[in-house]
Amino acid sequence: MLNQLTIIQALKGLQEKKFSSQELVKDCLKNIDRVDKKIGAFITVSRSKSLEKAKKVDNLIKTNPSIFKEKPLLGIPMALKDIYSTKGIKTTAGSKVLADYIPPYDATVVKRLKKAGAIIIGKTNLDAWAHGSSGENSDFFPTHNPWNLKKVPGGSSSGSAAALSSSQCLMSMGTDTGGSIRQPASFCNLVGLKPTYGRVSRYGIISMASSLDSIGHFTKTVADSAFVLQITAGQDSLDATTPNVTVPNYSNKLTKPNKELKIGLPKEYFSEGVDSQMRKTVEIAAGLLEAQGHEIINVSLKTTKYACPAYYIIQPAELSSNLARFDGIRYGNSRSFFGDEAKRRIMLGTYTLSSGYYEAYYLKAMKLRSLIISDFKKVFKEVDLLLAPVSPFPPFNLGEKVNDPLKMYLSDVLTISVNLAGLPAMSLPCGFTNDNLPIGMQFIALQFKEEVLFNVGHQYQQLTDWHKKRPNI
Amino acid sequence: MKTDPKYKTVIGMEVHLELKTKSKMFCGCSAYHFQIKPNTHTCPVCLGLPGALPVPNKKAIDWCILIGLALKCQPAFESKFDRKNYFYPDLSKGYQISQYDLPFCQKGFLEVENKKIRINRVHMEEDTGKLIHKKIDGRAVSLVDFNRSGVPLVEIVTEADIYSSKEAIEYLKKIQQIVRSLEVSDCDMEKGSMRCEANISLTNNNKMANYKVELKNINSFKFLKKGIEYEIKRQKEILISKKNPIQETRGFNEKTGKTFSQRSKEEAHDYRYFPEPDIPPIDISKNQLEQIKKELKELPDEKFIRFTVELGLKERDVQVVLKNNKTTQYIESLSQLASKDELKELLKIVVNKRVDIRKVSPKKLVENFRNKKTAKLIGKDLLLKIIIKVIKDNEKAVKDYKKGKLEVIGYLIGKVIAESKGKSDPQLVKKMMVEKLKNGI
Repeated sequence: MLNQLTIIQALKGLQEKKFSSQELVKDCLKNIDRVDKKIGAFITVSRSKSLEKAKKVDNLIKTNPSIFKEKPLLGIPMALKDIYSTKGIKTTAGSKVLADYIPPYDATVVKRLKKAGAIIIGKTNLDAWAHGSSGENSDFFPTHNPWNLKKVPGGSSSGSAAALSSSQCLMSMGTDTGGSIRQPASFCNLVGLKPTYGRVSRYGIISMASSLDSIGHFTKTVADSAFVLQITAGQDSLDATTPNVTVPNYSNKLTKPNKELKIGLPKEYFSEGVDSQMRKTVEIAAGLLEAQGHEIINVSLKTTKYACPAYYIIQPAELSSNLARFDGIRYGNSRSFFGDEAKRRIMLGTYTLSSGYYEAYYLKAMKLRSLIISDFKKVFKEVDLLLAPVSPFPPFNLGEKVNDPLKMYLSDVLTISVNLAGLPAMSLPCGFTNDNLPIGMQFIALQFKEEVLFNVGHQYQQLTDWHKKRPNI
Repeated sequence: MKTDPKYKTVIGMEVHLELKTKSKMFCGCSAYHFQIKPNTHTCPVCLGLPGALPVPNKKAIDWCILIGLALKCQPAFESKFDRKNYFYPDLSKGYQISQYDLPFCQKGFLEVENKKIRINRVHMEEDTGKLIHKKIDGRAVSLVDFNRSGVPLVEIVTEADIYSSKEAIEYLKKIQQIVRSLEVSDCDMEKGSMRCEANISLTNNNKMANYKVELKNINSFKFLKKGIEYEIKRQKEILISKKNPIQETRGFNEKTGKTFSQRSKEEAHDYRYFPEPDIPPIDISKNQLEQIKKELKELPDEKFIRFTVELGLKERDVQVVLKNNKTTQYIESLSQLASKDELKELLKIVVNKRVDIRKVSPKKLVENFRNKKTAKLIGKDLLLKIIIKVIKDNEKAVKDYKKGKLEVIGYLIGKVIAESKGKSDPQLVKKMMVEKLKNGI
C-alpha cells in the first residue's frame, strides 16, 4: 500500500522508479473514496488537478532524474488545512461565511510546497476559523477519529490529522494557535510540529490570533517532519513577523550523534488535572530517554496556571479584529453566517478591547504573557528542552464537550503556554490507552531550536514503534 | 468678524497628508490613485483579502519622521503600529493600521505670525478606499474603489493653541509650505492629499469648555475659514442663550455656508485600539535618525531669513517666491550665478513673471540679463531720427496724445524701442519723445 509510506520512503521509491507519482496519488484518492465518508477529513478533494499534476511529475522524473535536488517534495500528495489560501481552489476556513470563496493567490507556504513539487490532493476540514479543540465547530460536518469513529480527532486541524492518520495523503499542513496541531497529532498518533513563532510565514493563511498563529505540519515520522520544515521555514518579505534567522539543515542534524541532553519535566504539566494514563505514559518515555544517557530533571513553570486565562483574553481580542474583514462586501457571505463559537469569541474579544476594559483585560493578559515568557527563559537556563503530555485527557467522544465551551477551552491547558511564549514544540506518539487510543507527548525547545526537537524525537523513534501503528479502518 | 470678549475661541487642528511614496504603506501597490481606473492599484493586502498581511514601507516612516523633525518634534526611538477598529465599507480590513500611544514624533511646535502653536504628535497611518455613489440601470448603488486603500497618511495634531479662523488658515498654509519644501507630499486640498479637521469650542471666563465640535470633510482653505467662522457664531448663540453646545462632528455645506451635524457624541466610536500584532515594534536607531536628518533641508522660515537678511532681498518678493518650490529653487540657482545687486533685479524679473522659468534656465536668464546691460545703446542722433520717424508714421496716435490721451505715449515708446531693435533706454526715449511732442518736430 503506497499510501502507508513515509515521505522519505515515497521519495526513494519515486526516485528508484519503483512506482510512479500517478500511482501514489491514485492510491491516496482510492483511500479517500474508501474511508472519508466515515471520517470526514476533506472539504475539497482536488481529484483531477492532482492527477494532472502527477502526470506532469512523472514526465519530469523521466526526463530529468536529478530533478529531486531542485524539487525535494516532488510527487508527494499532501493535504492542506482549509485555512491556507490556494489560488483557484476554494478556501472556506471551515466557515459558511467563506463557503464559496476562491482565493486569487497562494499562501507563501503553499507557493513553497508547490515549488518543491508537492501535489495538493485536497483541503481539509477544521473547526470554523480554527476555533476549537475537537473539529466539531466546523460549519460543514464534524471529523471522526480514525482510531475510533465515535471519538474526536482533536482540533482545530481536525481534518489534516485524520486524513494523514487514515493514509489519505502522505503529509498534511495545519496551524497551531493554542495546540491545534499538537493536540490532534496526539489524538491521531502522528508527529505534529508547531514551529517557533515566525519560523514559517503566515502570509496567505487566514489569521486566527496573529501573535500566536504558528504554521506547522503533520507527518508520520520525525524525520519527515524535519524534511518538511526545511521547505516551509525561512524569512518571507510578505510577513513582517518572520525574522532573518538562518534555517539550519535539519535532516543533516537529525542523525548526528546526540550529546547528552538535560530534559526538564515541568511538574505543573503532570498535575492531578492530567489523566493518569497520559502522565504515566510520558513518564515511561522519559525513562527510556534517561536510559540513553539523557538527564531527566524535575522543573517548575509556575506561570502555567495563568496561561489559560491570558490566552483566552489575547486570542479572542486579536481574532475579533481579524474577523472584522469578513463583512460580505468584497467576498464571502454576510456576517449572519458566522457560527456560534465564532460569535462567542468575537463578543469576548470586542468586550475586552473596549474602552475602560482594555487595561483590566488585554493589558493585564499581556503582562501575564511577559511573565510566562520569562518563566520559560529561566527554566531553559537549567535544561535543553522540556518534555510533557500534550492533552490532559485522551480523545473524547463527539458531542461530549461541544456544549460546554469552558470545558473545551481547558483541553488546551498544556499546549497554550508554548504559543504565548512563541516557542517550538513537537508532539509525537508515545503509547496507547487501555481503549487503544493514541497518547502523545510533546518536546518544547528554545526559540529557533527546532533541530533539538528533531534530534531527540528521531532518537526516540529509533527506539520505539508507536509511530508505526496505523488505525484499522 | 467681531468677537465677543466674553467668549474665547479655542481650536485644535488635525491635518492628514498623503505621502507621495512610490508604493503604498503596507504593500507594493502604486500609491498613485488620482483619476486611475478603479481597483487597478490593488492586491490581497490593500483589499483586505483573507490571510494577507501588512509589511510597513520604510520610506514612508522616514518621511513621517522627517515631517516631525521639520515641526521641531522629538522623534521616538521605540515605536509601534496599532489597530483602530471600526466598520465602514471603504475600510477593507475592518480596522485601520494607525498609531496610538507611541507615535513616531511628539511635542513639536510651529511658529505662525510670531506665535507658537504646539504640535502634540505626528503619526503614521493608512488611507481608506473611496465610496462612489452611482446610478446603474436606474438603481442607486454604492461602489468602492480601493486604489487609495493603504496609501501612506501622516497625521499632524496640534494642541488647542489656535484662537481664530485666521490663525487656523495661517497654520495650515505654513504646514503646506513646509511639507511641500520637503517634497514628501503634494498637500493639495482639492485632490485630497491634504485634509484638515478643526476641533472648535468656545470658552467663557478662561474655563475649559466641556465640549468640542469637530468640523471635517472640507476641501479648501476658503470653506474651512467660513466653516470655522460659522461655528464660532453658532456656538456663541447657543452659549448666550445659556445652553451648552453638544459634542459632535459637523460638516460644511458650501451652498448655504452653514455647518450641519454628522454624528453626535452618543454615536462616537469606541475604536478598541490595540497593538498591531502583524507588525513587530519598530526601533529607530540613531544612525537611521541621522540619515533622516540629512534629508532635512533648510526650512522656508530659515530660507526667508537667509534671503532677506543675508542676500538683502525684498521681504514681499521673497514671500511670493517661497510659496512655490520651483521658484524657490530658481532663485537659489540665480543666487549662485549672480551678484547680490544683480540678484535683486533678477528677483523682480521672476516675481513679476517677466520670464517663464519653465523655459529659461537660470544660467540663460543671467546671461540675457548681462547682455542687455552691456548691449551698446544707439547714439542720441540716431535715436532722435527714429523718434521723428515714429511720430510721422503714427499720426493718429500723435493726434490722440495731443487731445489729452496721454497713455498712447507707451505705444509710441514701444515703437521706438522696436525700431532701435531694443538698443535704446526707455527712460531716455520717453523724455525725448515728450519733448518732441510738446515742441513739435
